[in-house]
Amino acid sequence: MTVDVMMAAAQGLLALALAPAVVGLVRWLKARLQNRRGAPPWQPYRELRKLFQKEVVVSRHASWLFHLAPFVVFASTLAVAVIVPVLAVPLLVDRIGDLLVVVYLLLLGTFFLALAGLDPGSAFGGMGASRGVTVAALAEPTLAVAIFALARSAGSTNLGEIAARTIADPLSAVSPGHLLAFAALFIVMLAETGRLPIDNPATHLELTMIHEAMVLEYSGRYLALIEWAAALKLLVFFALLGNLFVPWGLARAFTLEAVMTAAGVFAVKVGVLAVAVAVLETRVAKLRLFRVPELLTASFVLALLAVTSSFLLR
Amino acid sequence: MTPELLLLAVSVAGYTGGALAALAFRGVAARALVAAGALGGSLATLALGAWCLATGTTLAFAAPWLPLTGLALRADGLSAFFLTVVGLAAAAASIYGFGYSAHHDGRDSLRLLGAMFNVLLLSLTVQVLADNALTFLVTWEVMSLSAYFLVLVEHDQPGTVRAANWYLAVSHAGFAALIAAFLVLAAGDMTGSFAAMRSVGLTPGTRDLVFLLALVGFGTKAGVIPLHVWLPMAHPVAPSHVSAVLSGVVIKMGVYGLMRVALDLLGGGPAWWGGIVLGLGAVSALLGVLYALMEHDLKRLLAYHSVENMGIILLGVGAGLMFQSYGLPALATLGFVAGLYHTLNHACFKGLLFLGAGSVLYATRTRNMEDLGGLITRMPRTAVCFLVGAAAISALPPLNGFASEWLVFQTLMGGALVPRPEVAIGMPIAVAMLALTSGLAVACFVKAFGITFLALPRSTEAARAREVPASMQVGMLVLVGMCVALGLTPFLVVPVLSRALTGLGRLPMTPIGFSLHLPLSVAGVTGEMSPLLLAVGVALLGVLTAIVLRLLADRRLRVGDTWGCGRIGQTPRMEYTATAFAEPLRRVFAELYRPTEDLSIDFHPKSKYFVRTIAYRSEVQPWFERLLYTPFLSALRGAAAGVRQVQAGSLHLYLAYMTITLLALLVVARWSR
Repeated sequence: MTVDVMMAAAQGLLALALAPAVVGLVRWLKARLQNRRGAPPWQPYRELRKLFQKEVVVSRHASWLFHLAPFVVFASTLAVAVIVPVLAVPLLVDRIGDLLVVVYLLLLGTFFLALAGLDPGSAFGGMGASRGVTVAALAEPTLAVAIFALARSAGSTNLGEIAARTIADPLSAVSPGHLLAFAALFIVMLAETGRLPIDNPATHLELTMIHEAMVLEYSGRYLALIEWAAALKLLVFFALLGNLFVPWGLARAFTLEAVMTAAGVFAVKVGVLAVAVAVLETRVAKLRLFRVPELLTASFVLALLAVTSSFLLR
Repeated sequence: MTPELLLLAVSVAGYTGGALAALAFRGVAARALVAAGALGGSLATLALGAWCLATGTTLAFAAPWLPLTGLALRADGLSAFFLTVVGLAAAAASIYGFGYSAHHDGRDSLRLLGAMFNVLLLSLTVQVLADNALTFLVTWEVMSLSAYFLVLVEHDQPGTVRAANWYLAVSHAGFAALIAAFLVLAAGDMTGSFAAMRSVGLTPGTRDLVFLLALVGFGTKAGVIPLHVWLPMAHPVAPSHVSAVLSGVVIKMGVYGLMRVALDLLGGGPAWWGGIVLGLGAVSALLGVLYALMEHDLKRLLAYHSVENMGIILLGVGAGLMFQSYGLPALATLGFVAGLYHTLNHACFKGLLFLGAGSVLYATRTRNMEDLGGLITRMPRTAVCFLVGAAAISALPPLNGFASEWLVFQTLMGGALVPRPEVAIGMPIAVAMLALTSGLAVACFVKAFGITFLALPRSTEAARAREVPASMQVGMLVLVGMCVALGLTPFLVVPVLSRALTGLGRLPMTPIGFSLHLPLSVAGVTGEMSPLLLAVGVALLGVLTAIVLRLLADRRLRVGDTWGCGRIGQTPRMEYTATAFAEPLRRVFAELYRPTEDLSIDFHPKSKYFVRTIAYRSEVQPWFERLLYTPFLSALRGAAAGVRQVQAGSLHLYLAYMTITLLALLVVARWSR
């Protein structure tokens, strides 16, 4: 029990500490791929420190909701980071939330962020909120069906259970169901975390932006919380992709050695996924907003095939 | 007299007293007595339901000396559950109604409203207890008619009479199907008692017929697509606390009836019964929310969400029926529990949202979201209540909508246990439709709350809005409390619901177990979650973040203008509108909406770069409704013209008809002996 609580706390703290570095790493890799020198991977830490030291400017039209939203977004994303297996399986936190809870907790953050976008009455915020919830809504079916595919082979929606089953049956990791579900979830990850080709995390004040438009009115410590939560969300998706589909390296026993190994392996997995995202973001251009549904439909078809293939190939 | 019968008597007395008081008194006295009667009655109903659920006791009462087959009442677990739903929503609506109906003081409409509100509640209470066909059908009709009059209360508003007529016509079409269903089911048994119907052995074909008739009859009441057209018309035009009862409770009678007939009286059937219900549920859920997205009338938006949520309930019930026929009783119980849980939750959050919309209407006199905005500072308590309702209906943890949708998801995923191709492909699609529905519901309620309550007011009415009277706030707060409580405690609710279902149809007698978290272990499908721990955890993390921030981060805060690209002075016209908010989704689903757009610009005669006025109109027509209803209505009109030939208006002719019919019947009776 105590060990479980400590492991869960360790997972949360590790994710919290690592998240800005992941965003920085993707940015740095992209810069290198584009023949730029780029800011070092630890640049986001400096940005967060800078934001935490600045004053907050709040619109006179904003209500209490604007002040509450950063905390809801941050706390719910952090809660997800505690639940998702980062270091070890199975933990007792599995009982607090399964994969569906993860999806809906992230949706809770989107809900409040979109409302906060509307709150100051700016057209940018409204536009971002409208697009943000549109993309989130269209990504839902893929997420749910990908969960179905994973739950079907594991017989459970519990995160620890899914990872443990794959470890017990290594061949299932290369089954068509798993591979297709991985591809589907990867596309959804791009949509949910506002990466290219759905949203451009590097853009500002253009009519193409989604996430940046929603948080345009935020500044200072509030913006820091939101940026940190966004980085954490990216890391959470990396952890889902890395540890549910390729669960090897996760600690099964709570020894210091096993946990350190798990942390090392996790860092490698995150690095590989960061390279994949960076390469992808260098290779593709942003899609027009109204082409995004096509991409999400494609990911949905992949997820649907993932579920049905496990039936057909049985 | 047993305590159950006493509670029932108190409940009936409360409703009757409230109805009579509406007729006997005028003004504020009438309003207070109506509310008191309805509140007393509904609290007794709630107590009766909760008591029967908690203790497992049943109630039986019969008055066979009444005309025809007499009155027969019986409460089993299912009845007790629905009594709880009725009592809960009605209690909140009664308290709210006291303040809300103040503008009816001194008008005749108060009599109609007060009397019919109590009659509606009475009919609902008796109906879920009905133990013979006659009691059921009579209370069903009383319920439909009282609801019709309640829809008509504000008949001076445009569109109300038309909506009420639609409602009346569709209700009666459904009622005809129900009469037919019960006649077939009774199979010549003149008592029409439910006990006899359970044991009657019908051929499979006849059972299918009864099921389909019941599905049509109860589907019209439940507002299942394509039988939903009346719902978004009728519910919004009723007074708001009545809308809360109509959407929260009355349409649930469709679910009750369907479960009573298909599961209890018929004892379940082939898998395609469940498949049909499941399919109708999935379509209703998705189309309901899609049409809600395009709606900018706050109450119509909520009415379309009722269609959506009935769909989610039917997903659970349909999956239950299906798994039962595949011989997976534990999973079937889970499906029914999920459906019933969502029924209870929907009664709470939809009731709450209609009361919230009613408060907005009360304060601003408008339901059009494009004229609202900025109410969060003007009506802070209503805003918080509406926000809780919006989060609950969007299935956000840790509120109640999430708990039941999670169960529905788990049930549908249990379809993996059925080794049949149609299920293997159908269930993932149902899961996907449910997921899309809940994603779109989030979008829709960000719109509903964001445009109505946030930013700057878009009209002087909204700018002048003030918080509503205390009674209305209390009514909303009751339901806010229920949304939170039901969301945090699925580990208490689920076992009670599964126990209520035991013995119904061929469901097993083993209820689903519970602990602080909710471990589901139903033959191969497992999943765990604990909204309570989740809520505590997220709240702790949030508070911790706030404390750390207070200690370490900069604490300065400056109030400034919203950034306007250098433009000084912000007006409401710069805000995003509800139409604009829903525009991306309207484009994505353009094939479904087929919107018509009408743009007219009046240029300055000297230069087309100066625009004088600009008018934009866009409408979304549910084309498939026209596709379905136009041929039907024109056929109906043709038939009516045919009947008119026979109805010449001559008394002699009618007497001749009667004589001929009588003779024909006598001959048939003689012949068949």
